[in-house]
Amino acid sequence: MDAWRNSGISSARLLLLALLLCGGRACAQNTCLDCHGALDPPLQVTEQQFTGDIHAQKGLTCASCHGGDPTKPDMEAMSKAAKFRGKIERKEVPALCGRCHSDAAFMRQYNPSLHTDQLSQYKTSAHGKLFAEGDTKVAVCVDCHGVHGLRPASDPRSKVHPLNIWQTCAHCHADAAYMTGYSIPTDQFAKYSASVHHDALVVRGDLSAPTCSTCHGNHGAAPPGVDTVQHVCSTCHVFQDQMFEKSTHKVAFQSAGLPGCVVCHSNHGITHPTDEKLGAGPQSVCLQCHTAGDTCDQQRATMLNGLKQLDDAVKAADNVLGVAESSGMEVSQARLDQDQARDALTKARVTIHSFKTELVEQDIREGLKVAVRNLQAGQAALAERDYRRKGLGLALVFILVTVLGLFLYIRQIEREVPKS
Amino acid sequence: MRLLTRVRDWLDERIHWADLIAPLKKKTVPAHGLSYWYFLGGITLFLFGIQVCTGILLLLYYRPGANEAFESVQYVMTRVQFGWLVRSIHSWAANLMILTAFAHMFSVIFFRAYRKPRELTWLSGMVLLFLALGFGFSGYLLPWNTLAFFATKVGTEITGQVPGIGHHLMVFLRGGEEVTGATLTRFFGFHVAVLPGLTTLFILIHLALVQYFGMSVPPGVEEHWKASPGEARQMKFFPNFFLRELMAWYIALGVLGALAAILPWELGTKADPFAPAPAGIRPEWYFMFMFQTLKKTPAKIAFLDGEVVGILLFGVAGLVWTLLPFFDQAGKGRGRKLFMGAAIFALVYIVAMTVYGCMAK
Repeated sequence: MDAWRNSGISSARLLLLALLLCGGRACAQNTCLDCHGALDPPLQVTEQQFTGDIHAQKGLTCASCHGGDPTKPDMEAMSKAAKFRGKIERKEVPALCGRCHSDAAFMRQYNPSLHTDQLSQYKTSAHGKLFAEGDTKVAVCVDCHGVHGLRPASDPRSKVHPLNIWQTCAHCHADAAYMTGYSIPTDQFAKYSASVHHDALVVRGDLSAPTCSTCHGNHGAAPPGVDTVQHVCSTCHVFQDQMFEKSTHKVAFQSAGLPGCVVCHSNHGITHPTDEKLGAGPQSVCLQCHTAGDTCDQQRATMLNGLKQLDDAVKAADNVLGVAESSGMEVSQARLDQDQARDALTKARVTIHSFKTELVEQDIREGLKVAVRNLQAGQAALAERDYRRKGLGLALVFILVTVLGLFLYIRQIEREVPKS
Repeated sequence: MRLLTRVRDWLDERIHWADLIAPLKKKTVPAHGLSYWYFLGGITLFLFGIQVCTGILLLLYYRPGANEAFESVQYVMTRVQFGWLVRSIHSWAANLMILTAFAHMFSVIFFRAYRKPRELTWLSGMVLLFLALGFGFSGYLLPWNTLAFFATKVGTEITGQVPGIGHHLMVFLRGGEEVTGATLTRFFGFHVAVLPGLTTLFILIHLALVQYFGMSVPPGVEEHWKASPGEARQMKFFPNFFLRELMAWYIALGVLGALAAILPWELGTKADPFAPAPAGIRPEWYFMFMFQTLKKTPAKIAFLDGEVVGILLFGVAGLVWTLLPFFDQAGKGRGRKLFMGAAIFALVYIVAMTVYGCMAK
């Protein structure tokens, strides 16, 4: 882990180094940086780090956390009289940060919209509970937010920016050696890296896509319970949740103690769902519990056939419209309407979560109606294209005959009256 | 036929029709192996006529305005009987007209048809070429689609780089600082009123000059005819040349119809001024050589802005090209060779940069 975390460098050693570097001369106003800027890590705090830190930007100084008097030169700055605290021990970090961040009146001066419940949330988290039991290996504020050079979460350079959170968590949670003794897996990040959520967040840059804290919480980070995981997923997948809520599976899963959505979709390694999940092949999730040929399996097959039928109809219409378009036909309206058919297919796939055949078929019928209409529009455009080409052929024959007639006529008149 | 004779007699009685068309009957055209190059001017005129007719038909449905232009063209393409054909022919004829105008110009250059006393014919032809480019530039925006919108934005931005008057010119063209609905109505006005009026005037001047001076004979043929006067041949304009020209027009019509039916002019997607510019923004092919040159010009040339230098160079080149008859010396020798070399270079450069620009991603 970070060297500073378990650093044994004492306050006395720090004082000695500061004294040597300052050499008793009068230092600048922030005398801390005069010396710490020149020290080697972990005691080093550069001017760049300090000025980039959100706290420094808001007017706080080293003394706000470490005590002392940075206006004083040499050892006076780090004297007991100046209430110098020195290095902040890990066990002191949450309380120290909470001293300001839990004080709504104080924080209002800097950012009135900033939450002030981080410390109380932390105390409810898996980290906070273990910390309260005396485990100082667990994450404290600075592990996630950094220290000296701390930036707001909206800053892409921040360790807690949505794009960086998963790596920040992975720093400890993917370290099998560090996690020894906690009895939790360390493959979450390998799985997450291959998931549809990671793809949306990191590859497509969609900052609203889920990262660790979206499902686990941030300051109150804890694994969602079996009963509540559905609620976590439903914060984004609202319609799927509504459908699932009405389904027979909801009760069945609850009574069997199964974790809702996770049963079919897994958790960290959620891949892009395909219709194959509803199939009877190796990717089937239904047949993990159901028996082939039973009533539920027959309904599964009906729903899958409906999805396939609509999917094929959409693709067929796309194909014909594509050919018509590349032939120069104007089919933009039908192209636009194809979105309705695609939406109906998406809706039907969402309705699958109700596990009610009639509801799924209703969506499929809506989609098929549009897809068939668009297919007909494409076919009409192709028929029109063929009609135009026939017309062109006729016109070209007429033109050719006329040109030939003119050519023969010119020859005739020039034979009769030669050029002068 | 009797009816035609009666109409002719009726006209002759009143406006002396026979006297009016007498020069036409006497008019002759030089007949030699390169006579077919004479058709290019006529084909350009024919294509202009096609555009006037199809343009009038499009005017019946087209509505200038940022909120209506695209939809009205879409309506023409999908709902109006043969609207797709009229619009496609209008667009293809515009492109073919510029192509034949360029070919006509280069044929005039290589046959040195601009030489004394035809300098004014050349000048009026160059004005017509610039007007044709103006038609292309203004017409391109009228469907108000994405490609046209951003190409116009880039095109008018380049105009804005002209030193001194650039910004004023850009604001005048755009009808403001940005390309908006005001630009569209302005371009529409240029396209259907200002440019057709000027073009008709210059076509009349150009045709009158061609009629007055007659067709130029290529220097090589002329020398040969001077050496062997017995071989000099002429053909009657009417009907011999006219019927040949008519054949060329029919062939042009066939090509035009084939292009319109097989490759109908695309409409694209409606312009969204707030959307980011899509990749692959490019002007029409006839501006491509200039666009590509400016694109490849270094940002700085010495201490000057590269784009400004490029625009100035094109301005100077355009002026020199327009005044070509006054630079070309009739004498033979090295000067003539240098002159022809420069013309060949210009042709190769325009073709190469156009192809490069169209192929570049």
